[in-house]
Amino acid sequence: MIRLEGVTRRYQSRAGGRVALDSVDLHVERGQIFGVVGRSGAGKSTLIRTINRLENPDEGRIFVGDAEITALNPAQLRAARRKIGMIFQHFNLLASKTIEDNVAFPLRLEGRSASEVKSRTAELLVRLGLAEHAKKYPHQLSGGQKQRVGIARALACGPDVLLCDEATSALDPETTEDILGLLEQLNRELELTIVMITHQMEVVRRVCDRVAVLKDGKIVEEGATVDVFLRPQHPVTQAMLAESDDGFDAAMAPANAHIARLIFQGTSTYEPELSRVARTVGVDYSILSGRIARIRGVPCGQLVVAFTDGDAEAALEQLASRGVGVETVGGR
Amino acid sequence: MFDNVDWGDIGQATIDTLLMLAGSLVLTLAIGIPLGVLLFLSGKGRLASNPVLNGVLSFVVNVLRSLPFIILLIVMLPVTVLLVGTSLGVAGAIPPLVVGTAPFYARLVENALREVDHGVVEATQAMGGSTWQIVTRALLPEALPGIIAAATVAAIALVGYTAMAGVVGAGGLGDLAIRFGYQRFQTDVMIVTVVLLLVMVQILQMIGDWLVARVSHR
Repeated sequence: MIRLEGVTRRYQSRAGGRVALDSVDLHVERGQIFGVVGRSGAGKSTLIRTINRLENPDEGRIFVGDAEITALNPAQLRAARRKIGMIFQHFNLLASKTIEDNVAFPLRLEGRSASEVKSRTAELLVRLGLAEHAKKYPHQLSGGQKQRVGIARALACGPDVLLCDEATSALDPETTEDILGLLEQLNRELELTIVMITHQMEVVRRVCDRVAVLKDGKIVEEGATVDVFLRPQHPVTQAMLAESDDGFDAAMAPANAHIARLIFQGTSTYEPELSRVARTVGVDYSILSGRIARIRGVPCGQLVVAFTDGDAEAALEQLASRGVGVETVGGR
Repeated sequence: MFDNVDWGDIGQATIDTLLMLAGSLVLTLAIGIPLGVLLFLSGKGRLASNPVLNGVLSFVVNVLRSLPFIILLIVMLPVTVLLVGTSLGVAGAIPPLVVGTAPFYARLVENALREVDHGVVEATQAMGGSTWQIVTRALLPEALPGIIAAATVAAIALVGYTAMAGVVGAGGLGDLAIRFGYQRFQTDVMIVTVVLLLVMVQILQMIGDWLVARVSHR
């Protein structure tokens, strides 16, 4: 659905050039929710803004659907943009227009007939639970409601793709959850392809099918969210995950212990594998840190365990044979 | 008290001042808003960035703004005659008033447009809006409170300028104040004209504030 090939974007400044995007290749399939994470300054924002050419790449090609976005003339680009919805961190609603008029805005820009604008707007307001706010102005709404208006507006022209530029970063956790649930629902019901950039790992964990990690304008890691979260390869990914996690302190581990990270995935997450193995092999263990969560709906668990007595290697072998991911972290 | 005041003259002068004000304000808005939009759009990093156009416009605006209005009145005399056939009366006052105020108003409009959150422009672009649509449907409506507030400032400046225009035979309250109040030492005429000008300014400010409040949704 969306394909980036060798997309490069440079910024010129008095201090010299800076490469914001360095030959980025990316492929987002139809109906996917694709996350791009990275620290501030990594180039996330530039990346998402090149997709609808709010920023023009210096090199490379971008395809959305069948259209090569990078080859369009201005009029064609405007037409293509109508099929690419976009929502923003600070919503970017028009303060001078009512909620209704904000949602109708892209339809009017497109030159739809008054009756069409009216019915489509009413439909969107109902769909997003905004009907009672139709006559209000943006300043009268909460952040979450404003983002709903932003989403309604982005959907007005019936896009195939929705770009989310830090769409939940200005919202509190509860509202974030609400908006993410909404995006998930739209993705399912409208088969909307969603690209979201965020610095919040929790957001990716919650809704993204795939994730790419950006550092200094390069994609350093990409894969299914479950894989990237459970087995992060690049130090940046590992660091970003560690921050959103409690982590464990190796220095606090019991002396002479064999420390391992156990990764559970899918239904095995809820099985008492660890205690079964401990009983059969005869090892003692203590849990140093742990987390059971869902990643995009798949139950997953990660435990850091210190085996204090008995044959730790045998226990780990047993666990691995039962489908538990095993990594030795440290110890004797 | 008020022995020297000819209320008929005062009435006529008030009407003349109001006519000058209305005529020059309408033209100031008609020229200043497009000029302000051009200044804004052609600016660095803006939608239609054009350093040459921006430089030229900016220079012309600065030149006109730096001329003292009293000098502008005199410099404009031949141009005024060319434009409206006379340099006297209400008609003769309007060209210099507009030339004096429009550039200043254009700067205020440019500033009001700069105050609009760039995100709104970006969102409109992302929705497939053309530059014309971005200006007319997003930028100007969003900047409207600022543009109206600036129009109030311009209107009040015009009241002051109409009084000065009296010097070159424009008529109006300023003319009365100078010819009778100042040159003939008729303090009562001076007081009446100044009070009337003050009331005018007050009313303009009230109308301006009321309009701004009406169109503000922040």
